[in-house]
Amino acid sequence: MKSSVIVFPGSNCDRDVAVALEKFQIKNQMVWHDDVSLPKCDLVVLPGGFSYGDYLRSGCIASKSKIINSIIEHEKKGGLILGICNGFQILIETKLLPGTLLRNKKLKFLSKNVFLKVLNTSNKFCSNYKDKNIIELPIAHNEGNYFGNENLIKKLEDENLIAFKYCDKNGSIETKSNPNGSLNNIAGILNEKKNILGMMPHPERLIDPILSGEDGSMLFTSLLK
Amino acid sequence: MKISITVTLKKDVLDPQGKVVKQTLKNMGYNNIENVRQGKYFEIELNESDKNKTEKIINEFCEKLLANTIIENYTINYK
Repeated sequence: MKSSVIVFPGSNCDRDVAVALEKFQIKNQMVWHDDVSLPKCDLVVLPGGFSYGDYLRSGCIASKSKIINSIIEHEKKGGLILGICNGFQILIETKLLPGTLLRNKKLKFLSKNVFLKVLNTSNKFCSNYKDKNIIELPIAHNEGNYFGNENLIKKLEDENLIAFKYCDKNGSIETKSNPNGSLNNIAGILNEKKNILGMMPHPERLIDPILSGEDGSMLFTSLLK
Repeated sequence: MKISITVTLKKDVLDPQGKVVKQTLKNMGYNNIENVRQGKYFEIELNESDKNKTEKIINEFCEKLLANTIIENYTINYK
C-alpha cells in the first residue's frame, strides 16, 4: 500500500499522519500542493491544519491548488482519499464530498476527545471497527458543524454514507453528545463510491497506547486489508 | 472597472456571529435593534470595460470562489 500526504501552506497534521501511515507499513510520500502530478499511490491523505490560514473559508483556497486536478483524476480511477479535519473541509470545497462545514455552533474552537459511533464498517477505511464501533478520538476544529439540505441528509442516512456520528460513551447519539452542532451528529461521511472518507476527528493522534490510546489505529489497519 | 461584492449567509442559515453582534449591541443599550447578519465584502478592480463581459466574469468569481452557494448569497454592485 502506498500513500501520498498532500502538504499545503498551513497544514500542521501532515507529519503526524505520515508517522501513523508508516507505523502501519503504508509507504508514504509527502507531496507539495504546488506539484501538478501525483506520485503513483493507492491513497491520498489531505491532512489537518489551517491551509492558507483559513482565508475566505476553511479549505477553500487549498481546493484550488495545482495538485487538486490529479487528486480528482486519482478518485475517478477508484483511488482512495482520506480527508481529516482541514482535509475534510478541502474535500467539501473541491465538491468531492457534498454539503458544507459551518462554524461550530457555539463559536468556540474545540479541542477535546469525543466519542464516536462507527456506522458504516463496509468500506475500505472502517472495516476493522466491526467489533468495536464505539470509539474515542480527539477533535480540534473551529468549522466542523456539518450542514446540508434535507434531501442531502436523508440521502446520507438512507444510503448509509455517514461513517461516524458523535455519541456518548455508551453509543447513544443525542444532541448533548454533539460538540459542534452538526446535523444528525455527523462527524464523518463517505462518497457514494465509498472511496472517499472525510472526517473531523483525528485518527492519527490515537495510534499508540503510550499516547493515550489506539482507537485511531484500526482506521489505518483497515486500509491494509 | 470597479466592482464590490457582498457575501452573506442565506436567510435560513444560522449566523451565530451575527447573533452575538446583535446581542452585544443590545447589551450596549440599543434596544431597537432587530437583526444583524454578518458577511464578507470584496472590492475588485477588473481590467475590462465591457459591461456584459464584466458581469459574466464577476458571476464566475462569486460562484467558483467567493461564495459558498450552499449557504451564502452574494450581491454585486458595479461602480
